[in-house]
Amino acid sequence: MKAWHFSENAYPYLPPAEEYESIRVSLPNRIYDPEKGAALYDRFLDEWLIAEDEGMEIMLNEHHQTATCVDPAAPLVLAALARLSKKARLLILGNPISNRRQPVRVAEEMAMVDILSRGRLEAGFVRGVPYEVLPANSNPVRMNERQWEALDLIVKAWTNHDGPFSHEGRFFHYRAVNIWPRPYQQPHPPIWISTTSAGGAARVGARGYIQATFLTGFDGTRTIYDAYRRGWREAGRGNDVPIDRLAYSALVYTAPNEADARAGAEKLLWYVTSNKVPPHIANPPGYVPVQANVAMLRGAEHPLSAFRRAATVEGAIEAGIMFAGTPDQVYRQMKKLYDHVGGFGHLLIMGQAGFLEHDDTVLGIRTFAREVYPRVREEFPGTAISGVA
Amino acid sequence: MQRRSIAIAGVELDLFEDGNGPPLLFLHSAQGFAPEHPYVPRLSADRRLIAPSHPGFGKSSLPDWIDAIDDIAYIYLELLDRLNLKQLDVIGCSVGGWIAAELATKSPASVRKLVLVGPVGVKTGPIDRLDIPDIFAIPQSEIERLLFHDPERMRADPSRLTDEQLAISVRNRETLALLSWEPYMHNPKLLHRLHRVTAPTLFLRGESDGLVSADYLAAYARLMPNASTDMIVAAGHAPQMEQPEAFTKKVLAFLGAVS
Repeated sequence: MKAWHFSENAYPYLPPAEEYESIRVSLPNRIYDPEKGAALYDRFLDEWLIAEDEGMEIMLNEHHQTATCVDPAAPLVLAALARLSKKARLLILGNPISNRRQPVRVAEEMAMVDILSRGRLEAGFVRGVPYEVLPANSNPVRMNERQWEALDLIVKAWTNHDGPFSHEGRFFHYRAVNIWPRPYQQPHPPIWISTTSAGGAARVGARGYIQATFLTGFDGTRTIYDAYRRGWREAGRGNDVPIDRLAYSALVYTAPNEADARAGAEKLLWYVTSNKVPPHIANPPGYVPVQANVAMLRGAEHPLSAFRRAATVEGAIEAGIMFAGTPDQVYRQMKKLYDHVGGFGHLLIMGQAGFLEHDDTVLGIRTFAREVYPRVREEFPGTAISGVA
Repeated sequence: MQRRSIAIAGVELDLFEDGNGPPLLFLHSAQGFAPEHPYVPRLSADRRLIAPSHPGFGKSSLPDWIDAIDDIAYIYLELLDRLNLKQLDVIGCSVGGWIAAELATKSPASVRKLVLVGPVGVKTGPIDRLDIPDIFAIPQSEIERLLFHDPERMRADPSRLTDEQLAISVRNRETLALLSWEPYMHNPKLLHRLHRVTAPTLFLRGESDGLVSADYLAAYARLMPNASTDMIVAAGHAPQMEQPEAFTKKVLAFLGAVS
């Protein structure tokens, strides 16, 4: 089991939520104070490096036009981390390649970071959450198709070493692809994909890439992992699916005593409770299938509403999207999910949100790293086979 | 009303036809076409009404290769050939007006008279303002306010639709996004092609249309050599639905007798 410290680089100094329509896309950036923002970047970079010192790996992500994640150009932060850090693996999860118009540019950015870090890059790719299509001006229809064509092109750009090749596809057109530098890792950095759908997971499994899923809880995660394992086997990759192919992201806060753990967990919930987004931004046409929209018009809950309902520490722990408490409590909560879903090899720890201040964030990182991580590494070895009780 | 499917370039096109007389092609808005729409009986009373569902709308299929309004105009040029129609009148509503305008620029001789109802398709305003309000970035209630003169009366109630109707309406919106996302609601080339459309053309809009403004309509009409504008009161973006009597009266008067 590998544990990754993940911070969304949120900017929490906002007016009361009643005063704005949406924390994403339309929130005016006059609210953003560059001085405070600079201090936050310093702080979040420090926290990643502290996590590295504690033996954890580093993860970051990318969103646009939002106070929840002020990291609209994650490869830039990744490049900084490549120089600041020394040993941690560096996971970007991920590059929103349905919304990036130049996949070859993404291949170049990732190759650079892989070189800068001397082969520590873990390259993640995402379709992008629905709120991203307006900032990216990205057509919400046929995003999956764009994502897969872009990914295949990126892999080819990384692995072709014999001079220019051309690509005349459905969405992307290049006459001469021949990237410099090429990646440090051979044949290319590990590839991660995040998905929340079973159909997507089966496809990721067929390719053997690492499947990550975010805050999908007990049954949602099991469905996705089952689909991944099915896709893996049906593609002829063998019966045994290595545990290191599966990753789960949860809100995690660990402290030596229950009171401190509780206080930290409450602050971490900012990530859930502050995600105020109206339906017309959260659900652009074509992002989810027609039948899912019909079900919603018939009263079914939007997936994001279910997420927001888990807005208490108890509810979030119950749902399997948060592990919080003393080291022993965190271990047991995590094991319960681990056993339910058939295991996973990577825990992506959302360890900072909102007003969880630096000292509290560091306490959470250190307590987990020193009191939970050793036990987890021993009991959930990275050599295990997933889906085996 | 007859209904059949015609295969064109990978599209299974769902085609409605009704009435006898001079042919009249009706190109629906993003709402889609349905035989029970209130303007249909009047339009087909003395005419052969030809109303396809655009690719990706209604029950027409959407092949992978189609992603632009321009593509659909070519499908309809082929449809006219298949139906052996050398020249006919064309009505296009909203996004259907855009298709009609594209079609007319590609084959001006095919169009005898043209009616564009709250059409989109060109960019005539300043660079820093959308000509058409962004229907993909505003709440549903706001869209209804822009669409209708009387939203209370015109609003679609999902609970009164079958699952199939609801699925069609969701898919229509999805296809609309595919076709009109970027550039938003226009083809930059169309503006430079409209000079070819010499057919008498009527630009119509509902007085309360919040999507297609009077200025936009007038600027669009100025791009064509033989166009005039008119307005329907107590109607929004879909006067054919909100004021079907006044709509058909104006349209049929404009189209007049066919020699």
